[in-house]
Amino acid sequence: MAEFIASLEHVVKGPVWGCQMCGQCVLHSTGMTCPMNCPKTLRNGPCGGVRENGHCEVKPEMRCVWTKGYERTQAWPLPESWKEEFNHLRPPVDNRLKGGSSWKNFFSKRDKWTPKGWAATTEEAGE
Amino acid sequence: MSRLEELITKTNESVFTAEFPSLDGNGMEKAKKAADRFRGWFDGVNATDNPAAHAHASNLASAIAMKQLGLEPIMQVVCRDKNRIAQQADIVGAAMFGIENFCALTGDDVTAGDETEARRVFDLDGPQLVRLMSTLKRGQYMSGRKLDPAPPMFIGAVENPGAPPFEYRVQRVAKKYAAGAKFLQLQICYHQDRMERFCAGVKAAGLEGKIALLPAVVLVKGARPLHFMHDAVPGIDIPEEQIKRVENASDPAEEAFKQTLEIAQHALAQPGVRGLHVTDFRNDDTLERLMTELGRKRVLTSTEEEQ
Repeated sequence: MAEFIASLEHVVKGPVWGCQMCGQCVLHSTGMTCPMNCPKTLRNGPCGGVRENGHCEVKPEMRCVWTKGYERTQAWPLPESWKEEFNHLRPPVDNRLKGGSSWKNFFSKRDKWTPKGWAATTEEAGE
Repeated sequence: MSRLEELITKTNESVFTAEFPSLDGNGMEKAKKAADRFRGWFDGVNATDNPAAHAHASNLASAIAMKQLGLEPIMQVVCRDKNRIAQQADIVGAAMFGIENFCALTGDDVTAGDETEARRVFDLDGPQLVRLMSTLKRGQYMSGRKLDPAPPMFIGAVENPGAPPFEYRVQRVAKKYAAGAKFLQLQICYHQDRMERFCAGVKAAGLEGKIALLPAVVLVKGARPLHFMHDAVPGIDIPEEQIKRVENASDPAEEAFKQTLEIAQHALAQPGVRGLHVTDFRNDDTLERLMTELGRKRVLTSTEEEQ
């Protein structure tokens, strides 16, 4: 069943968003632009290497994923909470979830898990 | 508390940091020469972490060498080459040797280097690395395992005021500040209007005085390195008139110095700017001239005097 959900998710999200099946989707908070398509797989981009034309440091022919995400956050009629979340500090990727369904991990809240040290520092920072 | 932290958090004095040269085969010899040049001028010197994705003596080894030579190291940690486990090991290892200043960077991509076939890591990104450093500073590894005693750390990061999306760069400052950064070394920016907008934005966001901005300036000998930076370093754009100004001057080396001095003075006048980060590609007397023109006196600390 888990494999079927993952395949379904891949079929739906792959062609539209270039989904890389990280298993912990943050698309809503990144201007509907999959950050796993950033060559550095940054969850908190853009980096300092964005070119003058807004293109990627690594792939000059490609528009920077994060510049695109930022522009979409400004221009698209997304919910205000999603727009606000663009500025949030997204936690590191949990590599154990790669290849699985983020839908499943969303409903089970598995995708909210962060390492204890990270969670404690985040709590202390009041986030 | 490191001397750099004390200067930034307890005084209003301008703070100057510099980029230490990369060390290779003749590491200690080169380190001694560079230390003699820098000693007394700078409040902190960056021990770089494989800059531009080229392998050199490690950030940790360079930082220890600098410490032994009486300089105040700022250990850079980039995300390109190591995962979170190795990054924590390096930071905790550095703390063993009394290194307290750290600067978190995402890092240039492997494609900027001379081993472009290498695997890129980026297990964490720059802002996450800042938060990781804050976690270590609290006395915990990322896993939650206790780190006792907690290492004294002064945490910084970098930002590029001159790269798109310009309006969003201030939000990144806010993000890094929230993650625990207390100073930001800024990428070299030849667009003065962009620097002004960036610093005004930091002020408008209420971050002036909370996070120390240290814009970078570069000492170059002529127009060639300006062309190189403009053409080959993603994220750096130099207006044509700035390059032409040096290129067409009767004395390009002197014109390049004047240009750097103007950029430095302009940057120092912006809100939130606490000092400068200096990169010296000239290796001549202009380093001393620049610092003197900016009102800096060469003062040796007690540790430096012993050298």
